[in-house]
Amino acid sequence: MIHTRLKLRYSGFALDVDLQLPGRGVTALYGHSGSGKTTCLRCIAGLEKADQGFIQVNDEVWQDSEKHLFVPPHKRAVGYVFQEASLFPHLSVLANLEFGLKRIPKAHRRVDMAHATELLGIGHLLDRHPQHLSGGERQRIGIARALLTSPKLLLMDEPLAALDSQRKNEILPYLQRLHDELDIPVLYVSHSQDEVARLADHIVLLSNGKALASGPIGETLARLDLPLAMGDDAGVVIEGHVSAYDADYQLLTLQLPNTDMSIRVAHAPMVQGQALRCKVHARDVSLSLQSVEQSSILNRLPVTVISEMGADNAAHVLVRLDAAGTPLLARITRFSRDQLAIHPGQQLWAQIKAVAVLA
Amino acid sequence: MMLSSADFAAIWLTLKLASLTTVILLVIGTPIALWLSRTSSWLRGPVGAIVALPLVLPPTVIGFYLLLALGPHGFIGQFTQSLGLGTLTFSFAGLVIGSVLYSMPFVVQPLQNAFSAIGTRPLEVAATLRANPWDTFFSVILPLARPGFITASILGFAHTVGEFGVVLMIGGNIPDKTRVVSVQIYDHVEAMEYAQAHWLAGAMLVFSFAVLLALYSSRKTKTGWS
Repeated sequence: MIHTRLKLRYSGFALDVDLQLPGRGVTALYGHSGSGKTTCLRCIAGLEKADQGFIQVNDEVWQDSEKHLFVPPHKRAVGYVFQEASLFPHLSVLANLEFGLKRIPKAHRRVDMAHATELLGIGHLLDRHPQHLSGGERQRIGIARALLTSPKLLLMDEPLAALDSQRKNEILPYLQRLHDELDIPVLYVSHSQDEVARLADHIVLLSNGKALASGPIGETLARLDLPLAMGDDAGVVIEGHVSAYDADYQLLTLQLPNTDMSIRVAHAPMVQGQALRCKVHARDVSLSLQSVEQSSILNRLPVTVISEMGADNAAHVLVRLDAAGTPLLARITRFSRDQLAIHPGQQLWAQIKAVAVLA
Repeated sequence: MMLSSADFAAIWLTLKLASLTTVILLVIGTPIALWLSRTSSWLRGPVGAIVALPLVLPPTVIGFYLLLALGPHGFIGQFTQSLGLGTLTFSFAGLVIGSVLYSMPFVVQPLQNAFSAIGTRPLEVAATLRANPWDTFFSVILPLARPGFITASILGFAHTVGEFGVVLMIGGNIPDKTRVVSVQIYDHVEAMEYAQAHWLAGAMLVFSFAVLLALYSSRKTKTGWS
């Protein structure tokens, strides 16, 4: 369990949050720039000192302003990944990686060099100098360097924001591996909903220094009462298990939890039974009153309308749906809503293009 | 031989003075420069101005005040006398004190620039990698500021070698104790020994040019923070 209570103000900005976050998995701090997400992270690392604050990570208290307790950053077991990799330019890649490693007692080391370099695919770069690496390689080394301190909490401040989309896609699989293979809780700051949807288990929505919402990713992304649903990349996360793979058409069948429903997704081969997380954008979900068999759209799910509301665009509405326990969002035109007379409780068919599912 | 033994004594004394001054300045100038580059205290302005004073003041002014302070009635003089050391005026130790003050900006300012250029990010990175502040100073700040230290050492040394006014005011002209090269040249000229003055002055010119050439040529490449 991570408990963070912070109050801090400087000219034109005030941060006031009280967060109880899960002590495992990836928690995203999501919000626009200036919402206070980086400041939160810096306070947790001890790089900034909140005027009033209480920070507890599992069984360790790092700040308690009432007791005048403030543990300096070098005594906190955090790993910090900055937006720019910030490698030491006077040291080789190996020396950068060893910088943190050799400063922690051997008994506390839980991540070794071989494991970290293998996890991030940087074994071939150890003799190089940071100046001669690509942005993506630098960032992977930054992440490995932080991991090698065997942190009790890994803080990542928009680690992909400074990279172009090609480099982002190069790093994302490594981040997913960290999530799957390491038992280190991660706080991940991001303003990209797609990144959050791919990596996070839990999301905190920050706006103007306050937390608007904090909850599991699936439920929270599907909430219509939050500004999350208004974004162009709004959508839901569906987690399921691979039940079949059609190698001929390269289509994967994903079994949704607690139901016999499944969706098909264009995806690289995966082993049956493996877990997979997909993001389904609200704009890629359409609605019909009957199941339309003769259509190029592969996925047709029977759903119930939960609620609907106007979108940021006056011509659009957002509809919250339930597919046997799995929440879905659909962005449709106001015209279609009136044509189909969409109302809460109505039974409909949701159609999801198999190419639109982001896996 | 073109240089007399008195000339060699002056050269030796000058090198000794400049080396000692440079070492002392690196030791006391580093914390001052570090503080100036990091602090947001109101004292930053006044301290920075005091350090820079020798850049604009005539050496005679510094020499004059030092003469008063180090002399038998000055506060430093009283202090050294109470320690049984006598007064430091017209002594090598007095010259060192004068040189340290006089060359201070030439050491502090390049260091301050180097520390400012490093910024706070590497220090934050080091802290999150469990390095305490001392460790960070030696393992991150020192290597990253190395060009600044080289510049500071060269300028501090060369500027002390080129000192004249302060030496004359507080040290006078005592062979082997306070007679440095610049004073020796002055003596030669006073005595109309132009040939001797030529050799020493020429040596100074070549030395200073070589030092500055080395300094400015080495600034071609700069490794960036990545």
